[in-house]
Amino acid sequence: MTTLSKTPLHQVHVDLGARMVDFAGWHMPIQYAGLIEEHQVVRTEAGVFDVSHMGEFTVSGVEAFEFLQFALTNNVAKVRKGRAQYTLMCSESGGVIDDAVLYRPDDYMLVVNAANVETDWEWLSSLATDFDVQLTNRSEEYALLAAQGPKAEALLNPLCDLDLTRLRRWRIRAATLDGRGVLMARTGYTGEDGFEVFTASYDAVRVWGALTAVGFTPVGLGARNTLRLEAGMPLHGQDISPEISSLEAGLSGVVDMNKGDFVGRSALQAAAGSRVLRGLWMVDRAIPREHCLVRTEAGPGMVTSGTYSPTLKVGIAMALLPPAVEIGDLVSVDIRGRQREALVVELPFYNRFSKPDAGDS
Amino acid sequence: MYPDDLRYSKEHEWVRLDGDEATVGITDYAQEELGDIVYVELPEEGEEFKLSDSFAIVESVKAASDVYSPLSGEVVAVNTELVDKPELVNEDPYGAGWMIRLRPGDASEMDDLLDAAGYEALISELRA
Repeated sequence: MTTLSKTPLHQVHVDLGARMVDFAGWHMPIQYAGLIEEHQVVRTEAGVFDVSHMGEFTVSGVEAFEFLQFALTNNVAKVRKGRAQYTLMCSESGGVIDDAVLYRPDDYMLVVNAANVETDWEWLSSLATDFDVQLTNRSEEYALLAAQGPKAEALLNPLCDLDLTRLRRWRIRAATLDGRGVLMARTGYTGEDGFEVFTASYDAVRVWGALTAVGFTPVGLGARNTLRLEAGMPLHGQDISPEISSLEAGLSGVVDMNKGDFVGRSALQAAAGSRVLRGLWMVDRAIPREHCLVRTEAGPGMVTSGTYSPTLKVGIAMALLPPAVEIGDLVSVDIRGRQREALVVELPFYNRFSKPDAGDS
Repeated sequence: MYPDDLRYSKEHEWVRLDGDEATVGITDYAQEELGDIVYVELPEEGEEFKLSDSFAIVESVKAASDVYSPLSGEVVAVNTELVDKPELVNEDPYGAGWMIRLRPGDASEMDDLLDAAGYEALISELRA
């Protein structure tokens, strides 16, 4: 049996009675009180997630910009100091090695998925040999708390020396929270307003305590998944992967073909895309799950992520479908051997924000 | 948590025998393990099940799970209220969250089920 990694908040979760699971090699809380209740708390009030399992790499040196511009698909020129941007790392063939958020509190900091920390590190390190950069894996040094929900700003503001009403979406600033040095970013993976708080690992328990004391409810990774799926945000390893190109996943908005050369560019330029990621809204009472087969008049497709939507109270999914399938078409999803009807819809299923949300506005 | 008047299967179903009818549901432990239940797929009245057949599917946000018949028998009633209120299984698994009533085909199968103490021992093993 392999030993699971533990975040600095592990004991806090256990003491709260959380249900703990193996998630990408980490022993993480999947839920505390209940998934649906936790989901609703984030949609209507404020919840806090421990996402310290995610990886943080900092990039400095005279060629940091040129290196990132080459390694990532989005245009790093837009990431001025104090900003953040959703971006992808692609292979030469255009498949998605990982998705990430590039922050620039001072030096560049790339936040990557827990499951991919090692792969990403090796990949970026190999690319970095051609550049004058220092790449540092700071995943152990940082804890990351996601404080999300419509009440997040009002609850956090009294604790913070920054005026958070003036910290806009996709911005990051160094700040003090309950007396501890943190990085406050107005980003998240819930489709809701909120913040991501980077703390030193040794401050994580204190900052978590300060957040729950002012009214943030602990929320597990189960609700994180339903929240991000409603928000149409892809999960790497399911909706995007090395076998699924960024264009198929509908992420052309974060692939800048005009910024100059980057890894994967020529493959993405050549690819027409044989499928496209769409939303499915179940008409029948059934819940589509990952890998369910989808039958359409234009050929087969496959569910990449599916769940019950606590907000919409129906089964929803993301699915890779033939490009000829149109929004509004009815398709059938094979769920445990039965054909269940679904409507093809545009992503996302839920969005608090009216504009496309990748940090480039 | 483990009412004394019930019998329990190792797959976490309970049975309440009342005259020649047996009411069946899933245990408190089962509902807690599944988490928030959002759909329950029930059989029709008149369907017959053998011991350990899957007679229903309970679906939580995370996954779908079969519910296995703790006895052989014919379905004489189904709790149709669960169609619109599946959360009753979470809220009241031994009461309003019941699933079906069976007319048992073989009364001796009751003897193979666990009593409350036996089931409680099983749960403490699982939780250890």
